[in-house]
Amino acid sequence: MAQAIPFDRRAPVQCKQPLKALPPNLVNDIAASAAFVRQHAIASIYHAGSGHPGGAMSCADILACLYGAELNFWPDAVDDPHRDRFVLSKGHAAPALYAVGAQYGFCNKREALSLRKLNSKFQGHPHVLDMPWVETSTGSLGQGFSVALGMAMGLKIQKSQARVYTLLGDGELQEGEVWEAAMCAAHHQLDNLCAIIDYNKMQSDDRNDAIMRLEPLAAKFRAFDWAVAEIDGHDIPEILGALRRASSTHGRPSLLIANTVKGKGVPYMENIPTWHGSVKLTQAQAEEALAALGATREQITEYLA
Amino acid sequence: MSAAPALIAQGNDSLREAFGKALSGLADEFKNVVVLDADIAGGTGVHHFRKSHPDRFLQFGIAEQNMMAAAGGLAATGLIPIVTTFAVFCLRAVEQARLSLAYAGRNAKIVASHPGLDVGPDGGSAQALEDMAAFRAIPGMTVISPADPIEMALATRAMLEFKGPVYMRTGRSPSKRVFGDDHKFEIGKGHIVRDGKDVTIVACGVEVARAVEAAELLAAEGVDARIVNMATIKPIDKQLLIRCAKHTGAFVTAEDHNILGGLGSAVAESLAATMPCPIEFVGVKDVFGASGEPEELAEQFGLTAPHIAEAAKRAIARKKKAK
Repeated sequence: MAQAIPFDRRAPVQCKQPLKALPPNLVNDIAASAAFVRQHAIASIYHAGSGHPGGAMSCADILACLYGAELNFWPDAVDDPHRDRFVLSKGHAAPALYAVGAQYGFCNKREALSLRKLNSKFQGHPHVLDMPWVETSTGSLGQGFSVALGMAMGLKIQKSQARVYTLLGDGELQEGEVWEAAMCAAHHQLDNLCAIIDYNKMQSDDRNDAIMRLEPLAAKFRAFDWAVAEIDGHDIPEILGALRRASSTHGRPSLLIANTVKGKGVPYMENIPTWHGSVKLTQAQAEEALAALGATREQITEYLA
Repeated sequence: MSAAPALIAQGNDSLREAFGKALSGLADEFKNVVVLDADIAGGTGVHHFRKSHPDRFLQFGIAEQNMMAAAGGLAATGLIPIVTTFAVFCLRAVEQARLSLAYAGRNAKIVASHPGLDVGPDGGSAQALEDMAAFRAIPGMTVISPADPIEMALATRAMLEFKGPVYMRTGRSPSKRVFGDDHKFEIGKGHIVRDGKDVTIVACGVEVARAVEAAELLAAEGVDARIVNMATIKPIDKQLLIRCAKHTGAFVTAEDHNILGGLGSAVAESLAATMPCPIEFVGVKDVFGASGEPEELAEQFGLTAPHIAEAAKRAIARKKKAK
């Protein structure tokens, strides 16, 4: 199990120079966690016979940064009222969430391979009554964003210092509820809320710009009075730095537009929208993906057993 | 078993005002209650709460989907969110109530004003006739429709004491008083307003007062009708329904709602599985509403006391024919 290294929230944040403050092994540790997240998600989707690999691959580095460093959230603090919250609004990336949870001790690695199976707690989309650490039930796009907003509002009312993070898909932004929430979070000055968009430019059937154009995306959120940063969603130091800066933003909610590659790390999936959908992986495809993601022969055998 | 109360003349309180005043009065006792509004506090009654507890009044603007799901987040931090809007706009956020409140097991409350034809002049677009059906079909959702201002105040307290998601209907129009100050309310319990042996009339919301009137009309014709106030539509009081089936053997249901999916369906489902007997359904017959004053609409759509009385006679005739 990887050990998460939190930043000290009370320490002054060196704006634009956050990387100097990073512990030397942190980036490598998080990169290793992200590799595990991708491998485990591929394995669980293979065993399930269905699932959404493309968007799980694209958000792995973001999840590893959150759970590995940013969140003040630990397996023994799942009920702590002052814990940071993370909501996976793009609930179909559940395999990646379960994998990062397993990596940081919130659930069992072996059990998490029971994804989508009868009587498994690891449902196709996260369910909070099955496992409290996922914070809320998601899977209907747009709702997780609003729930995260409600959490941020509730924490502020109760004068908690805790922060709320939520990860949205880009296709998710086509839901009207997202823009209701975007307006509301800015109006209420929820600076304890940080939304991250896994901007892989693709959705279920096609590219975003063919289905329903999102651009100019940053300008839209800036117009809604969010503090917007555009980052490389696979560059771990850049993600960590952006999360740090977001936590020192006052009076406005923060948005990180994380430019990512759908299917990242699995060459035959990268940038092909059909790997968004709920797909069945053959053993050969799973083996190829795991090898590309750096799993050893022995690890591949163990994953697929 | 209580004696039939006399109908008290129209009080000043609509159900929404009764709710708003009760909520404001309970706010100091229930300190973790927060109220969510979508720019219609003046209409839903929570303007009282806004005035008395402004720091716990949360404005969401005209955006019900976000408001409903955000209630799930507020509840997750230990607050008790009260989502308030018109019943028809609750329909807009049914899926948010399903996933982010009920499925997630949140202790959140939805209080819907302006249900049914009782909305009146705003017309068909504003008259929610499907809300109880929609919310009743959500697992774990409790559905309540109190009958008068006294019961509304009691139900408001009961709702706050209850742990779990609740959908409660209030009402727009001036409400008739049905109950005395000694009235009792418990979630999940129906109660016999007037005893009788020939037929049971099960009603909720504004139809309870009309059912009491119908019983008087029937009494004049020698028909002895029992009136049951079924303020909790879900979970419905099956034991009481079975007792009434044994005692009277015929039913009328009365609701300001589509006859599909609401109180009538809940009663029919319960009796079909236990003690089947003739049931006549008074409600809106699977059509949309229209503009008009509530009483005019009730007359046109068949919800008034004479309609209930006629339905009672049909149910009794079917019972006799079956024997």
